Amino acid sequence: MVRDTCAQLCGLDVSRLRVTASEIGGGFGGKTTVFIEPVALMLSKKSGRPVKIVMDRTEVFKATGPTSSTAMKVRIGATKDGRITAGAAELCYQGGAFPGSPVEFGAMSAFACYDLENLHVSGYDVIVNRPKQAAYRAPGAPMSTFAVESVIDEIADKLGLDRIDFRLKNAAKSGGRSAYGPTFGTIGLAETLQAAKAHPHYTAPLKPGQGRGVACGFWFNFGGQTSVSLNVQMDGTIGLSLGTPDIGGSRASMCLMAAEELGIPYDRVRAIVTDTASLGFNDTSEGSRVTFSAGMATIAASRDTVAKLCERAAKMWGIPADAVIWENGEAKPSGSNAGDFEPLSLAAIAAKAGNTGGPIAGHSEITADGAGVSFATHLVDSEVDPETGQVKILRYTVVQDAGKAIHPSYVEGQFQGGAAQGIGWALNEEYVYGEDGRLQNAGFLDYRLPVASDLPMIDTVIVEVANPGHPYGVRGVGETSIVPPLAAVANSVSAAAGVRLTHLPMSPPRVRAAIDAAREAGKQAAE
Amino acid sequence: MAKVVLSGSLKSAAGGRQDIEIEAKTIRQLLAALEVECPSLADHLEQGVAVSIDGQIFRDDWSREIPPDAEVFVLPRLAAG
Repeated sequence: MVRDTCAQLCGLDVSRLRVTASEIGGGFGGKTTVFIEPVALMLSKKSGRPVKIVMDRTEVFKATGPTSSTAMKVRIGATKDGRITAGAAELCYQGGAFPGSPVEFGAMSAFACYDLENLHVSGYDVIVNRPKQAAYRAPGAPMSTFAVESVIDEIADKLGLDRIDFRLKNAAKSGGRSAYGPTFGTIGLAETLQAAKAHPHYTAPLKPGQGRGVACGFWFNFGGQTSVSLNVQMDGTIGLSLGTPDIGGSRASMCLMAAEELGIPYDRVRAIVTDTASLGFNDTSEGSRVTFSAGMATIAASRDTVAKLCERAAKMWGIPADAVIWENGEAKPSGSNAGDFEPLSLAAIAAKAGNTGGPIAGHSEITADGAGVSFATHLVDSEVDPETGQVKILRYTVVQDAGKAIHPSYVEGQFQGGAAQGIGWALNEEYVYGEDGRLQNAGFLDYRLPVASDLPMIDTVIVEVANPGHPYGVRGVGETSIVPPLAAVANSVSAAAGVRLTHLPMSPPRVRAAIDAAREAGKQAAE
Repeated sequence: MAKVVLSGSLKSAAGGRQDIEIEAKTIRQLLAALEVECPSLADHLEQGVAVSIDGQIFRDDWSREIPPDAEVFVLPRLAAG
């Protein structure tokens, strides 16, 4: 994307640009556009010298786009026994000075966790004189989910129903019609709710002033164009070339999948992220697509390699290629009729590659369709100081369907990162504009991110309901985890404070004001 | 003949039409026929859309076959962060 967009903006042939991706922990939407890249490119072109441009923190805040601010109204009808009969929402997403807020994805995902017969959602892309919004992890979904899941909690409380049981009773199911139209394939929302209910967190005792919140969330995920190349080195080790930047350790997941296909130890595979000239086209690393799509291409490239290894073994033995099979990292005759040969290891075949046809490499260039949607259920306990409005997160559990967790530790990392990011969004993070329309808090001193001391250990439960669209069942996991936290934290804080919080972030002044207003309303009602 | 359902902003761009009967065996044929049937969708189709066939969403694959009586939705092209 960086290469192609810069080439278009600067009027260059794509083949004249080569982009090398830097190491990143995640993208969070920041990779989906360009800011200073074409400027540096043109300056370099004009000057004939290398050009480096750095945006400082203030410039990043002011000029790279926040996500949308929103105002939403949600109505949900339900019978006394807890069956939702209808839902309606009016979503207003502020997208800055140009059209393009993610309101459509907010509208499509708002009720995606529920099996509804009657639904009406209106979305408005609101244009104001502010910086253009930009993509942010699961664009549009956390906000509308915050509104819907807050109302779901209120209904459960009003009906006297367990909050998870109410959600389970109305949960979207495999083969059911999604709220955004198409029929769902195999999905795992109910499984995440059941796992959340069975988790010790859900029944752990709470003290006065503490509250527990539950919320579900959904994200679409997608695949896209992907290229992978796999080279058999002369010692039988594997060099895996990927065009998708490493997201949260995804290189390790690719190595695991290649090792699985080739039947060799994981540490015999090394992955690198190549520059843009070294492989076929790769779509932007967005949409929680990397492990899904690059994994699919890695598996295909590995199978291509195995077929070639069998051909080479056949040449070494002087038998037909179709008389060779690949088992446990070795080529073997397919049966007694094929001949009596000792198995050939990958290293043995690689050592003779020059004699059997030259270097051995597999590759795959695909459009990776078949991404599976993903659901999550989050549990969170919080404590509210009624004097200051300060919120402390006491306990947090993420339960999410990963389809198949290729590298469970890195999947957990995605879950935990989403929760931490969502806690910040729920409690502290906001752009503050002055009367003159200028951003007042363009720096981390005044834009409060959660730090380690703000967070408890975030517990995780990986649910695996396989995605039929991937050879191993993988679903994207990167974005779904940011969808439930706003609502889960709001439901928890509302329970702890004894008053419904409907405005994010739930900063101490705002929480204190809500408590005071509720007390005042209570007094007036008593009089 | 596939019954195609337009979703979200595509429905608005098509003047409120939601259900359209289209003869198409592949996504490419579907998109070409859709542009003829609803010229006002041309810009959206040019920018890219997603097509859901029996619940499976495709963004790019023109050659994907559409089975007879399949459930087909045309959705905004998925974008993400």
